Amino acid sequence: MATLARFAAWIARLDAVYAEQKDYLTDLDAAIGDADHGINMARGFAAAHQAIVAAPPADVGALLKAVAMTLIRTVGGASGPLYGTFFLRAAPVAGAVAEVDAAGVEALFAAGAAGIAERGKAVVGDKTMIDAWGPAVEALGASRAAGGAVADMLAAAAAAAAAGRDATLPLVARKGRASYLGERSRGHIDPGAASTALLLAAAHETLG
Amino acid sequence: MKKLINRPEDVVVESLHGLAAAHGDLLRVSFDPLFVVRADAPVADKVAIVSGGGSGHEPLHAGFVGRGMLDAACPGEVFTSPTPDRIEAATRAVVSGRGALHIVKNYTGDVLNFETAAELCRADGIEVEAVVVADDVAVEDSTFTAGRRGLGTTVLLERLLGAAAERGLGLDALAALARRICDTGRSMGVALTPCTVPAAGRPTFTLADDEIEIGVGIHGEPGRERAKLRPARELMEQVAGAVIDDLPFRDGDDVIVLLNGMGGTPLMELYLLYNELHRIVAAKGLRVRRRLVGNYITSLEMAGFSLTLLKADDELVALWDDPVLTPALRWGC
Repeated sequence: MATLARFAAWIARLDAVYAEQKDYLTDLDAAIGDADHGINMARGFAAAHQAIVAAPPADVGALLKAVAMTLIRTVGGASGPLYGTFFLRAAPVAGAVAEVDAAGVEALFAAGAAGIAERGKAVVGDKTMIDAWGPAVEALGASRAAGGAVADMLAAAAAAAAAGRDATLPLVARKGRASYLGERSRGHIDPGAASTALLLAAAHETLG
Repeated sequence: MKKLINRPEDVVVESLHGLAAAHGDLLRVSFDPLFVVRADAPVADKVAIVSGGGSGHEPLHAGFVGRGMLDAACPGEVFTSPTPDRIEAATRAVVSGRGALHIVKNYTGDVLNFETAAELCRADGIEVEAVVVADDVAVEDSTFTAGRRGLGTTVLLERLLGAAAERGLGLDALAALARRICDTGRSMGVALTPCTVPAAGRPTFTLADDEIEIGVGIHGEPGRERAKLRPARELMEQVAGAVIDDLPFRDGDDVIVLLNGMGGTPLMELYLLYNELHRIVAAKGLRVRRRLVGNYITSLEMAGFSLTLLKADDELVALWDDPVLTPALRWGC
């Protein structure tokens, strides 16, 4: 079971991870975007962590909603509304509960990822964060169907997201700012797919 | 970097303080959260017209806040979309019960932030429709890219929808009118020089002394080709040709024209260009019903111009002529 405390630990871990990986993400973004992804993610998750420490949410849904609104306010660019939408859509699916079971974990990640796909109008292969989210959500479902517990599901999802991130390397971008580069976007890892892989790796470390 | 500023990080807010000081009779500025609303907002029994986007394109959008145009504008940092919470707050400040229409330029950041703002508004019971301007013919319209960028049709759309909202049109009718305008507006720009974002301190791209960028975007995005500078006559023939052929505009069509300066172009040169355009459209059999010549959607200090043609009819011309009273556009009042 993923408890409220574990969800809080996930956000705390993301604060640390994005602070550590700030330059890595910004360097990826400098190659095919506008070189601010790492800075934006670090700022956003520091603020989200601070928000849930300052006013501890009473349940998982409230925590996800608080994170959503903080990211929407503080991240900016394209990734602010995209990650904001993930948490915004995941919040009501989790609901006012103190812990979420395996079915609930799958449902909230699926709803959040579907929100990102809808907002970004992207599909797997467009060289966006969906290239990490799509396989991750599929892996969550497959793992649960095979009887996996939350920890097994998130391990599978994190691995699938990392593979999806690596698979963006040879692709030509079809969405976002990188799409204007056409062929020149080939040979670079998508920064959004990289930040998504980090988000799911942190989920595996904390939620399961 | 040589700019008339105090500190790079204060440029947007200090400029808006100036706008409020100069035009307090027309608009009010909220600084936290940051947005601009017309002085008499919310206007009762009227659909609210809201736009916004990165700063650096002035007078777009805040200079178009006022009667007959925008109810609210939501400025972001220079060339950076405002965040959804600010767009939501701006919408909430002007909505009167008949809903709001968001005018969005087709840049990934703007579209995502406005869509998320609309979701937040709707969750709170505010009815919101959105129209996305994607009129830049320099970009191939393809499902394999983020699509065409938003250019000068945005200015014409803000004026025409502002007028239609003032006449009392409902949200659905306004959204339909907006789509019709977007379907028949086309633009393209040319840059002679790059521009410098204050916080970056150096130009967004470089051009040699004799080079120009044909099809440039409003943030200095690359266009169709980098070419050698040529006489204005040849440049206007290329740009007008690209815009006219894209829709295409045909012999006998009525049009509204925006010949726009990018921020660093003397009016003398813009009118010289208009002279060339006048000759070209006459030869094509287009009838220019209304026109704007000046700096309306700029890119900081970039030298260059963009041309926008919008297919017009008596209904659009009548809306165009309705009273408008904003810092940057005013007539009939």
